[in-house]
Amino acid sequence: MKTLVSAATLALSMSVSGLAFAEPVKIGMITTLSGGGAGLGIDTRDGFMLAIKQADNSEIEVITEDDGQKPELAVQIADKMIQSDQVDILTGIVWSNLLMAVAPSAVAQGKFYVSTNAAPAALAGANCNPLYFNAAYQNDNLHEAMGEYANKDYKKIFIMAPNYPAGKDSLTGFKRYYKGELASEVYTQVGQTDYAAEIAQIRASGADAVFAFLPGGMGIAFMKQYAQSGVEIPVMGPGFSFSQDVLPAIGDAALGAKASGQWAPDFDTDVSKKFLADFQTEYGRLPSIYAVQAYDAAQLILSAVAKADVKDTDAFRAELLKADIQSPRGDFKFNTNQHPIQDIYLTEVVKGADGVLTNKTVEKIFDDHEDAYAKDCKM
Amino acid sequence: MTFALALEQLLNGLQLGVMLFLMAAGLTLIFGVMGLINLAHGSLYMVGAFACAAVAAATGSFWLGLVASLACAAAAGAIIELLVIRRLYDREHLDQVLATFALILIFSEGTRWVFGSFPLYLDIPPLLQGAVALPGGAQYPVYRLAIIAAGALVALGLYVLIGKTRLGMRIRAGESDREMIGALGVDIRTLYTVVFALGAALAGLAGAMVGALQSVQVGMGEPVLILAFVVIVIGGIGSIKGALLGALLVGVVDTMGRLLLPQLLTLFFPPSQAGMIGAAAASMLIYVMMALILAVKPRGLFPAAHA
Amino acid sequence: MLSRESLINILLAVLLLAVPLAANAYGEPFYVTLATRVAILALAATGLNLALGLGGLVSFGHAAFFGIGGYAAGILATHGFSGDPLFFGLSGTNQMPVIWLVAMVAAGLVGLLIGAISLRTSGVYFIMITLAFAQMVYYFAISWPAYGGEDGLSILVRNQFPGVNTMRPVNFFLICYVALMAALGLFVLIRSSRFGTALQAARQNEVRVATVGIAPYRIRLTAFALSAAMTGLAGALFADLNRFVSPSMLSWHMSGELIVLIILGGTGRLFGPLAGAALFVIFEYVLGGLTERWQFFLGLILLGTVLFARGGLLGLLAGKARHG
Repeated sequence: MKTLVSAATLALSMSVSGLAFAEPVKIGMITTLSGGGAGLGIDTRDGFMLAIKQADNSEIEVITEDDGQKPELAVQIADKMIQSDQVDILTGIVWSNLLMAVAPSAVAQGKFYVSTNAAPAALAGANCNPLYFNAAYQNDNLHEAMGEYANKDYKKIFIMAPNYPAGKDSLTGFKRYYKGELASEVYTQVGQTDYAAEIAQIRASGADAVFAFLPGGMGIAFMKQYAQSGVEIPVMGPGFSFSQDVLPAIGDAALGAKASGQWAPDFDTDVSKKFLADFQTEYGRLPSIYAVQAYDAAQLILSAVAKADVKDTDAFRAELLKADIQSPRGDFKFNTNQHPIQDIYLTEVVKGADGVLTNKTVEKIFDDHEDAYAKDCKM
Repeated sequence: MTFALALEQLLNGLQLGVMLFLMAAGLTLIFGVMGLINLAHGSLYMVGAFACAAVAAATGSFWLGLVASLACAAAAGAIIELLVIRRLYDREHLDQVLATFALILIFSEGTRWVFGSFPLYLDIPPLLQGAVALPGGAQYPVYRLAIIAAGALVALGLYVLIGKTRLGMRIRAGESDREMIGALGVDIRTLYTVVFALGAALAGLAGAMVGALQSVQVGMGEPVLILAFVVIVIGGIGSIKGALLGALLVGVVDTMGRLLLPQLLTLFFPPSQAGMIGAAAASMLIYVMMALILAVKPRGLFPAAHA
Repeated sequence: MLSRESLINILLAVLLLAVPLAANAYGEPFYVTLATRVAILALAATGLNLALGLGGLVSFGHAAFFGIGGYAAGILATHGFSGDPLFFGLSGTNQMPVIWLVAMVAAGLVGLLIGAISLRTSGVYFIMITLAFAQMVYYFAISWPAYGGEDGLSILVRNQFPGVNTMRPVNFFLICYVALMAALGLFVLIRSSRFGTALQAARQNEVRVATVGIAPYRIRLTAFALSAAMTGLAGALFADLNRFVSPSMLSWHMSGELIVLIILGGTGRLFGPLAGAALFVIFEYVLGGLTERWQFFLGLILLGTVLFARGGLLGLLAGKARHG
């Protein structure tokens, strides 16, 4: 509904101000549509395009390209979009490493970047930038929530993550809130497919729970092997480990797993229900959290386009900062570092009435949660 | 470290070793007999995994999928041998590397074309699900034990095939003198196709078996291929015995390194740093081992007579 | 009178200069970026050509040197930008000439080390060992968190060259172009020197070279280290082009691509790498624009080249190569 209103406002302002809005706003979406991580990028694209379609605004043009989850390719595409297509706003990158390759140089060239997912600490603190917005979270947030939750039920936890910066941030975030004992802290290889050695360590560790941050295919392999291993220690993780795009692949092995997230399909608000229904009508499947984040990113851009000319950087930025949108997540506003302040919930994997695995909300862990880096951001 | 953990990790190392052996056996056989370096061997592994996943999904039977993986990988091997590989036997290694590199691009992109970008998933057959108790109080997944057993059977089968059968005799003859067996009236072109298909089938079997543990996706064969190269370089190119021992060595050293190095480093660093540095060092361990072995024995541990 | 190949070489060199200059004049900076990629990839492949073309050393691990050069640039620039000292109290820098020197020395030293072990072997062993060593460097880069690990390392501002605004695409292109031409010049010098003659002789007949009292191992090792240094320089430029370094510069696909460039252009030719790089980037751009499956067709083209057109592009245009 909101987006319809925005479109109408835009139509009105166009007829009034005429020339100022004659140039269409060009959005360059770089996301992962092939390879092992394609599921995340496809949900990102579909969530984003759902909002754009609903706005039905002929003055907005979205160019989508596949980065194949390769940083070099993402840089080439970004160069092409900025130099050849002359886009105004870039968005869509799923992975932190690709974002770090593209976003700093894009904003240095005066383009807006609105992130739909990746949120490395490096861009949230001292190196924050007026043209860089994150519509999803800050990378540490969901891990912090699990650390907070773990305090309640567990005393000795085995934590593991891939040996790369996001993995390191994950365990740092978890430890920032978790107060109990660590059974062990293990770093696995990026892209590792066999977790037999780690499972053996878990078995021998005497832990009462496992916290694993293993996004995409890594999590699928781990959970399938874990279920066969005979180890009964409960597993939990951030929302990515059990999001809608990986649940069908993990299968029943995921049942009962606890995770953290800013949204789940069972949210009982009109905005969320409408989004869920619209997404299912359009694409015939349940949306993942990536789709919600991208949907909100598109809503943010649309809300600013309605009020300001994208070429007027300061005015456009001020409109984005207002975050004048209705998010399926509920409360949503920007912190001083242009990352969200939002609620974070505990979810559990359950089997829906139709036999489809999905996440159910259990309780709220954090209310209006801010990230730890905003205080270092001087803008 | 408890006995149970050590035993479990040893089994994990064996299981990885067995997997690598299935890949390395084909590579080393093809090199030994035809003098060909085949980078596309990882693609055949992928073909096996995809065939198994597709057939298992269509019929509901993992076992039919396993049969399909052997058949499809062997067929794919025979087809590329007839169309491409046989033109490469007389070429220099550079041409072989490039042509088989091109085959990787074609196989990967072609598979993506047919099956899409999403990974496929294979479930472990009900018969092999769950875990069994081991001495010392540990448990171990039945499926991984089955992989070890299957690998041992293949090793035994290859030993009998090469040592005791007519085909094996020709293969051995081909390894020691290529021109001679042609002169003796053996149909060398058919022999080459058969050997290539055999190697392909072994790779396909490995892909299918691992597919049920992990996920079936484009590019899954490449990390395994490179480990298999390390194995045959360590073992001695052209030697099946070298491939077996090299594979077990690499499997066990890699698994144990991942467990022990981070623990060892906790003596010198705080735990989280030790974990990261240990993981980094462990991922390089087998390459360091390879360099050390080659520095002493440039042709590997068991150099084949005629490689 | 110039041979047909020389004419084609001159034409290639002029085209590589003229196209981006024209694109720049017409306000199409993206084509300048594409041409810069061609120049840098050609430089990397020219480095490999020293080992592969002259010495017959089929290195499947040159991505290691490419990546080391890239990381040298990335790490120096990061420290130069932040002002944190590097190690032993040394500071980073944003000056390209210093970065290039460091990149070449670092890649050359690692090349010396890898070469020293790998050159004890030959044939298939050499191919596989260079591949395995490159993988070792790759895994090290992935799992060493200090400089970004898997995430890679961003260079926020392109490094500087005295008196040139390197942020302008055309200026940076000219720097890369000059580097490429200098490398090609060096290649010619080496090829016709006593050292180069011995290297080529060792490729053709090792025993004969040994009997006239030249140690093939030392000659090859020197060539391998030089080749590594040149590829390392290309890596440093590539890092500055993308303003980003990541372990994928070190991946074995990169090693494969470098060999592909040489073969596509024409093995054993001075301008083979340039012709190959231009062809590759054009394929990538044109085919990539037509279909998402461009790698499939690249594979077919490559296979066709190896099986039926071994001379590559220059072989088609200029006739049979004069091996030597």
